[in-house]
Amino acid sequence: MIDTASGRGPAGCARARHRASSVPPSLLQRNDAPCDHQEIAITASEPAPTPTGGNPSAGTATPAVELRGITKRFPGVVANHDIDITVAPGTVHALMGENGAGKSTLMKILYGMQKPDEGTIAVNGEQVEFNTPGDAIARGIGMVHQHFMLADYLTVWENVVLGGEKLYGIGAKAKAKIREISDQYGLGIRPDAMVEDLGVADRQRVEILKVLYRGARILILDEPTAVLVPQEVDALFANLRDLKSEGVTVIFISHKLHEVLSVADAISVIRRGTTVGDADPRTVTARQLAELMVGAELPSPESRESTVTETEMLRVDTLRIAKADAEGIERVVLDDVSLRIRKGEILGIAGVEGNGQAELVEAIMGMLPLDGGVVTLDGVDLTGTLTRARREAGIGYIPEDRHKHGLLLEAPLWENRMLGHVTESPNSKGMLLDPAGARKDTRRIVEEYDVRTPGIEVTAASLSGGNQQKLIIGREMSHRPKLLIASHPTRGVDVGAQAQIWEQIRVAQREGLAVLLISADLDELIGLSDTIRVIYRGRLVADADPATVTAEDLGTAMTGAAAGHIESAPEAVAEFQAIVAEGTEAESTDDTATDAQAGE
Amino acid sequence: MTSPKSAAKPAAKKRFDTEKIVLGLAAPVLAVLLSVVICAVLLAVSGKEPFKAFDVMFSYGTASDGQVLTLNRATVYYLAGAAAAFAFRMNLFNIGVDGQYKLGVLFAAFVGSQVDLPAVLQVPLLLVTAMLVGGMWASIAGLLKVYRGVSEVISTIMLNAIATAVVGLLLVPGVFAPDKGTATNAIQTDPISASSHFFTIETAGGTLWGFVVIAILVGVLFQFTLSRTRFGFDLRATGRSESAATASGVNVKRMVITSMVVSGGIAGLIGLPELMTSSYYFGQNIQPGLGFIGISVALLGRNSPIGIAFSALLFAFLDVAGTQLPLQGGYPQEIVNVMQGTIVICVVVAYELVRRYGLKRQQQKVGAELAAQAAAAKKEVAA
Repeated sequence: MIDTASGRGPAGCARARHRASSVPPSLLQRNDAPCDHQEIAITASEPAPTPTGGNPSAGTATPAVELRGITKRFPGVVANHDIDITVAPGTVHALMGENGAGKSTLMKILYGMQKPDEGTIAVNGEQVEFNTPGDAIARGIGMVHQHFMLADYLTVWENVVLGGEKLYGIGAKAKAKIREISDQYGLGIRPDAMVEDLGVADRQRVEILKVLYRGARILILDEPTAVLVPQEVDALFANLRDLKSEGVTVIFISHKLHEVLSVADAISVIRRGTTVGDADPRTVTARQLAELMVGAELPSPESRESTVTETEMLRVDTLRIAKADAEGIERVVLDDVSLRIRKGEILGIAGVEGNGQAELVEAIMGMLPLDGGVVTLDGVDLTGTLTRARREAGIGYIPEDRHKHGLLLEAPLWENRMLGHVTESPNSKGMLLDPAGARKDTRRIVEEYDVRTPGIEVTAASLSGGNQQKLIIGREMSHRPKLLIASHPTRGVDVGAQAQIWEQIRVAQREGLAVLLISADLDELIGLSDTIRVIYRGRLVADADPATVTAEDLGTAMTGAAAGHIESAPEAVAEFQAIVAEGTEAESTDDTATDAQAGE
Repeated sequence: MTSPKSAAKPAAKKRFDTEKIVLGLAAPVLAVLLSVVICAVLLAVSGKEPFKAFDVMFSYGTASDGQVLTLNRATVYYLAGAAAAFAFRMNLFNIGVDGQYKLGVLFAAFVGSQVDLPAVLQVPLLLVTAMLVGGMWASIAGLLKVYRGVSEVISTIMLNAIATAVVGLLLVPGVFAPDKGTATNAIQTDPISASSHFFTIETAGGTLWGFVVIAILVGVLFQFTLSRTRFGFDLRATGRSESAATASGVNVKRMVITSMVVSGGIAGLIGLPELMTSSYYFGQNIQPGLGFIGISVALLGRNSPIGIAFSALLFAFLDVAGTQLPLQGGYPQEIVNVMQGTIVICVVVAYELVRRYGLKRQQQKVGAELAAQAAAAKKEVAA
């Protein structure tokens, strides 16, 4: 049935495209249709479960948040386009979409950090206009950011009171209020603990409490699970259910399928900056959600021949790194990691963020000191060498955070073209730079890799995320690497650029490049890799053949629940691949740039 | 996509460049104007006629003796500014220029008084001595930062105090000062040998120090190193983003030590113009605070060798012309310090504003141009 409570546009239009789950996705129209919503809700009952307590309004009551036709343009790109979302009060509403789909921009708009160019926001049935986050807070909207904003050297109590001194004072009354909120929602927070002594999950609860303390009844959580281990995720979800039962509305941003399915009451999916569908988590499958999220841009695993050779290119043996954490306890971040990549092979590393992927990359790049182990590239032992020597030996690097590790944002493009390869031609001759050579080669990269820029003298900061990434890939590929380390190569990249980036990696692979691919996007991993290894708490715990594994089973292994060789049921694999393949044929690549990263 | 891109390229490039220059000049010019206004208000409030004061300064500045004095002083300020700027380019705050140049000039004075080689060897010997001592002193801060994580701000401030003590320790009769009984109270090194004297140029306005040549040479080398060598690229990359530089293979530890040493080396030269062309010995005459003026000069000159030249000239002019204020009209000379201070504060604020504005403006421009290109491309397809 149609999601009646959402009160969305012409019902006939939505019903016409309402489908049973067995209909192949390719038969459906997407956002090119006059009415751009498809419903996968199949149940006949109320879509929003009636709140169990606290909130007098039922599911049919005024929506807590109603976004209508939200459009936000950044210079040259449209980050959000005609977004419609209705959030029922007292529910956990998940907002799904890939990185760069426009989720964060939308939430910044709802939280008053950015103003929409078009569209309306209604909170509890009232039209509102937010100029600052302060306005949103006054309306009972609170946001918990992905990166916590807490002062380490203050207590929980001081952190909560900071900036909200007028509410309950700064003394015993405030402390009592904190205890009250903590008990009411089962947060289990000690107001006198120092924040620096708290773990990640506790800090997150402090952030939630901070928001509730300021009177928020609508909570936005921006990718709250990205930093948590599975047990902590379960605890967070228990907290969210408590909040819900107290009548608080939670908007939950995520791109992790199984998490969303386990906690959400309603799901909205955003792709390319626009809402592409709503789903009922009780009936929708992870596969359908993935398909909605990713659209047709998945590369098809069967459409290529294996290019894997027998020559070993990278060999990593018994790598070990242990770091002392804030409390001085030694935490092993990489433990006994060994892997091989052959020429022409793409090895994918799957894992929940923070399980040692970043350290593995930095260890191979020579940016982190090793506590043990050997790194060999093409028969040459690189263990004792510095990063520059490793780059010169033929390692190309697409870093996870391009702003931090891949670019000089305030330098022109041609200087960025030199970065990381300043000792190599055409960037330098002997000890001297060769700006003319670098400029010429930058023009070539801009041309060949379709970097959209008015020239090579503009700063890297003025390009959109996808174009920055294309420049980085062009730069790394230009030095004919033997091994390419690609960390989340399509994160925050618009879909058009995404397909190009995948194609470029494929082409290089055919020419014998070995690739270490790290990605949070399981479909990207399965689509591109020849072999997949799963990293969990610094160990490679499982491996899989992308041809015989589904995203769901891989996701299970990433939580540490499965080990050894994973193989999914053949029928499930076939279905998964069929959906992917049909999607690819059904939709032609649209050239609209929808890149949330631009303008940053 | 390609045809409109190539057509738009030259036009875009040119426009970005002119705008860059205008934006670059806007901040310092505004800062200087603003500080003139502030000083005028201050003078007016204290009951003095402000425009007369500026007139006094300006007319002395345009007189030939004032110009020569300005150039001589600017030479010193330029070296101080270059020393600070080199470290700034690496995002290192070398507050220790003061201590580095004091030790440098002390050792140079001592060597100059003990050794008497032909001038061709003697002059380079003194330059190298001063640079080596300054560089070695600065390297302590670099090593502490790299191996012990001590902020260079803290360590260089401490090293300044220690340098003063070291000077006191060495400048006693029998060590660096001659042991001639107690003829005078002033303790100083022997005069440097005649072959250590640097050349001078006699002009109508007085004696122009030949050391200005060394200052220009330092500026040229500075610019060349930064923009044309791999080392300079690594230095700028590290200054812009240490994390990106590390990932790109720059050995940041080595760069920190190297740039501290170079900064200290340039700092070592600061005291030499005075020593080798004017006073000829090291004693109580040593001017303190040059390192701090260097930081101001570097900030105003935006850490670029050419910018520093202009700001060194401006600071020197203010100092030299300021001496005339009490003589002609009884103006307080301190107004010059107020002016220098306000210039630095204004310029720091203005640069940051201009930088953000420029970055944002360019992003918008690029966005607009790309949108125009996309529109053009679509039209082509439609046609």
